[in-house]
Amino acid sequence: MDVKLIIGMEVHVELDTASKMFCACSTSFAAPPNSNVCPVCMGMPGTLPTMNALAYEYSVRAGIALNCTIARYTKWDRKNYYYPDLPKNYQISQYDLPLAENGSFEYELDGETKRVRIIRAHLEEDAGKLLHEELTGYTQVDLNRAGTPLLEIVTEPDFRSADEVGAFARELRNTIRYLAVSHCDMQKGQMRFEPNINLHITADDGKVYKTPICEVKNLNSFRAVEGAITYESRRQLAEWETSGVTMATGNKVNRGWDDKKGHTVPQREKEEAHDYRYLPDPDLIPVELSDERLEEIRGSIGEMPIDRRRRFKAELGLNAKDAAALVEDKHLADYFEAAAAKSKLPEPTAKWVLNEVTAHCNEHDVRVADFPITPHRLAALVILAESGEISRAQGREIFTEMLTSEKDPVEIQQAKGFGQITDESALESVIETILAANPKAVEAVKAGKHQAIGPMIGHVKKQEPNANPKLVREMLLRRIQGM
Amino acid sequence: MAISQDEVRKVAKLARLELTDEQVHRFANQLGAMLDYVDRLKELDVEDVEPMAHAISLRNVFRPDAARESQGVEATLANSPASDPPYFKVPRVLRG
Amino acid sequence: MRDAITELSAAAIRAKVAEGELSAKAVVETHLAMIEATNPRVNGLLTVCGEESLAAAERIDARVANGKKVGPLAGVPVAVKDNLCTAGVRTTCASKILENFIPPYNATVVEKLMKADAIIVGKANLDEFAMGSSTENSAFGVTANPWDLSRVPGGSSGGSAAAVAARMAPISLGSDTGGSIRLPASFCGTVGMKPTYGRVSRYGLVAYGSSLDQIGPMARNVADAALLLKVISGRDELDSTSVDRPVPAYEKSLDKPVTGLKIGVPVEFFGEGLDAEVESAIRRGLEVYKAAGAKIVDVHLPHTEYAVACYYIVAVAEASSNLARYDGMHYGHRTSETGDLVETFRRTRAEGFGEEVQRRIMLGTYALSSGYYDAYYKRALRVRRMITSDFEAAFKQVHAIAGPVCPTPAFKLGEKMTDPLTMYLSDIYTISVNLAGLPAISIPAGYSKSGLPIGMQLIGPVFSEGKLLRIARMHESSAGLADRRPAVVDGK
Repeated sequence: MDVKLIIGMEVHVELDTASKMFCACSTSFAAPPNSNVCPVCMGMPGTLPTMNALAYEYSVRAGIALNCTIARYTKWDRKNYYYPDLPKNYQISQYDLPLAENGSFEYELDGETKRVRIIRAHLEEDAGKLLHEELTGYTQVDLNRAGTPLLEIVTEPDFRSADEVGAFARELRNTIRYLAVSHCDMQKGQMRFEPNINLHITADDGKVYKTPICEVKNLNSFRAVEGAITYESRRQLAEWETSGVTMATGNKVNRGWDDKKGHTVPQREKEEAHDYRYLPDPDLIPVELSDERLEEIRGSIGEMPIDRRRRFKAELGLNAKDAAALVEDKHLADYFEAAAAKSKLPEPTAKWVLNEVTAHCNEHDVRVADFPITPHRLAALVILAESGEISRAQGREIFTEMLTSEKDPVEIQQAKGFGQITDESALESVIETILAANPKAVEAVKAGKHQAIGPMIGHVKKQEPNANPKLVREMLLRRIQGM
Repeated sequence: MAISQDEVRKVAKLARLELTDEQVHRFANQLGAMLDYVDRLKELDVEDVEPMAHAISLRNVFRPDAARESQGVEATLANSPASDPPYFKVPRVLRG
Repeated sequence: MRDAITELSAAAIRAKVAEGELSAKAVVETHLAMIEATNPRVNGLLTVCGEESLAAAERIDARVANGKKVGPLAGVPVAVKDNLCTAGVRTTCASKILENFIPPYNATVVEKLMKADAIIVGKANLDEFAMGSSTENSAFGVTANPWDLSRVPGGSSGGSAAAVAARMAPISLGSDTGGSIRLPASFCGTVGMKPTYGRVSRYGLVAYGSSLDQIGPMARNVADAALLLKVISGRDELDSTSVDRPVPAYEKSLDKPVTGLKIGVPVEFFGEGLDAEVESAIRRGLEVYKAAGAKIVDVHLPHTEYAVACYYIVAVAEASSNLARYDGMHYGHRTSETGDLVETFRRTRAEGFGEEVQRRIMLGTYALSSGYYDAYYKRALRVRRMITSDFEAAFKQVHAIAGPVCPTPAFKLGEKMTDPLTMYLSDIYTISVNLAGLPAISIPAGYSKSGLPIGMQLIGPVFSEGKLLRIARMHESSAGLADRRPAVVDGK
């Protein structure tokens, strides 16, 4: 028996516009319930939607990044269904002419490049929020979110594992952030995932059984997406083994995710089969996109994270881990690039950025953009540290001072009297003393055990803290080998 | 008659209307008569005709992305049949 | 004459008020008195804004007294169809589901009226959600035709037409989705114009068929209709479908006749079912133009017989979606019976909507539902294009098209209520105009032997309102129809 896991993804991304998609209410997340609401987004009689230009442009940007064909003519449709978080009881969406379709998107998993086909991306409005009041048995409605622009991205069922989906989802989040069309803050529901999962089971007799597709709704974290897929693959196999249910005999099901228990739970099926009765929205005007405008938007899109990672590796010689860590945050990567360009020392610059700069930002809750040391000053520090004149600890001390001072690193070094001894003659007597005191280690090194030299370097440093360890090592080796 | 009572009930459910049996009967007849009348549209060859959803051929009508002060919770809830300020209060919605 | 003030035109009232010859307060008081006298019998207004209108009149009088400028409708009482939102004033759409709905916003046309210093004296009755041709579908009682109280005023803007005919206001606003301004104008002997789609903002007009709906003026003469149209027209940033195009001073060049005028008479409008009295009134109207030197030619609108069918798919499909929002969740009526969510939705809507509204929602839902979309809705949209092309071809030959508004004069209350289809066919000559988005006007063309008004319809190409009004004025100035008025005005 062979079991193949098949997954397609639907991803919703809330676009980072100041106002809602069809009215001028704010999209601010922090507002008190029902305070960002007006007659338009609460669907009052006679009100009409007006299209947010930026929401459209953002969607086109995303469509380009997903390598989609961007529609030159697109329109808005009404998707009709009744729900108390949807004030008009229809959602303004796009049906037969989405603004982007037939794309593809690359991501990396364990060093391998993978590709998923994108069916479409379209723009629609988000719904409000329902809060289930356990005590009274009523439901509360907050319409602040109603009308927030939402980009829906639909992939082909090209994924074969939870890891693939996880890698895709992370790459997509980074890409959307690079496009600056959404913060993709998942805790705020700005990026939500709905995997469609089923199994293709090849029995020993060669017959193929396909389990009913399960759509897991509204997943708010990478962990939840991966967990839900892993859980579903086991659940569906077990269900098939006991009941034999397949796509042909069972319906598509919707399930929710219980984050605490770590499993999917059945959702109450709506009473009727979905019949959304789409129709063109007569209140909204179609959009035509000219060649010039499309090229203008295309030109405004910078390098995407996957390309940047590749460049950092190929051109700057970074390892995969450092490249990924830097590129994940566009501001951090920008900072790094500026510093590395100045220092001409990409690898050590990467270490300094990833260790010291990120540590400071995280600890003090500072954005990279507000980090006090400019990339050029950091580059000067990297050059100084790499020259071997100062120790690592001294470098860090200079860094700390630079956070609050405008002085350049060499000035600080001089003021503090930091400087490693790089003059051999100044070290010769200490070296001799240590060699004499450690005959066993000397013998070991002679016998080829080079690691035995470490403790001796330590002893030298204890007596002469400013000694350059590289130089000490060199001198010790030379002396032992000459014995 | 072009529409059955079962179909009327199905459509009523989709339209969120609760019909009496008598209404179902009446609507089945009346909607049937309307559909019979509307069937004349099938006489026309519409193959090469572009559907016309709008009476005007405007394109690209946008609003700049600028947020404005909203109306405030009180005005939002003023017409609501039931509220639990600052929320609207609606019958229990089962998840799903 | 019962009261000279209520006989004044809007233009005359404005002139007298602006000159200080007549106080806005006196204008409002006499009209409120007329409303008090006639409305109980006509039921043209659902809400009378007594206090608000007196207060507004006093503000205008104070400005006149201080020598300040006043707007183009200063002191003019206006009745506004009750599907137009008025901030702080109940807006019901003649539906139980919005019985207590008080909008926190004004429709754009209402804003424009206020800016022009017009005074809204009341909210006019209509067929519930503007769905009907007789104003019998109102949840708050039928409106009677002021010319014969046993007859319908036409619909759906029956209250707006009746209010003007019965001198409750010199002008009013209606809305027209398939003939809802022109039909009641014809039945009540008033002028009523449906502008080009996009000429007037729909913001705040409670939607019925959004791609067809248009707000328009109703008046007792062409000049007042032109004046009111000028005030309400123009692009509105709140309505994406409103067109950015200059608004001419329609009221200024009215008496300039159209030279070399060519009027088309659609052969298809004079077929079976057209009442003989209506036909002869229209023929007499055409004679007036001939006498003025116009050329009258036959034109063809070959898809006329499909217009009603096309409309009753397109309009109801849009309506089924537009009216989905009335569910008792965020505003409006909610059933007092307890139940789960779906039961609450269904009961609320069953209690809140009248039979005709439910019927149209059902038909629209059916036409959009899976398996029927292509056969009904999509096909109707294609036929709509064919109907529009008919007009485009005709307007290559003529300046305007003239014909009847309705096959018959006003019919009896209750006469057509049992058979929806027969009622729908009242709109056979008006509906295609909405499908094509064209401007059209109904003007009084004569009276039946029993004294019922008969209207004539003039249809023009898009944005030809100015020319249409001039053509209408040509008829008005030479047909000699003035000086008749309904008996109810004189308390009879």
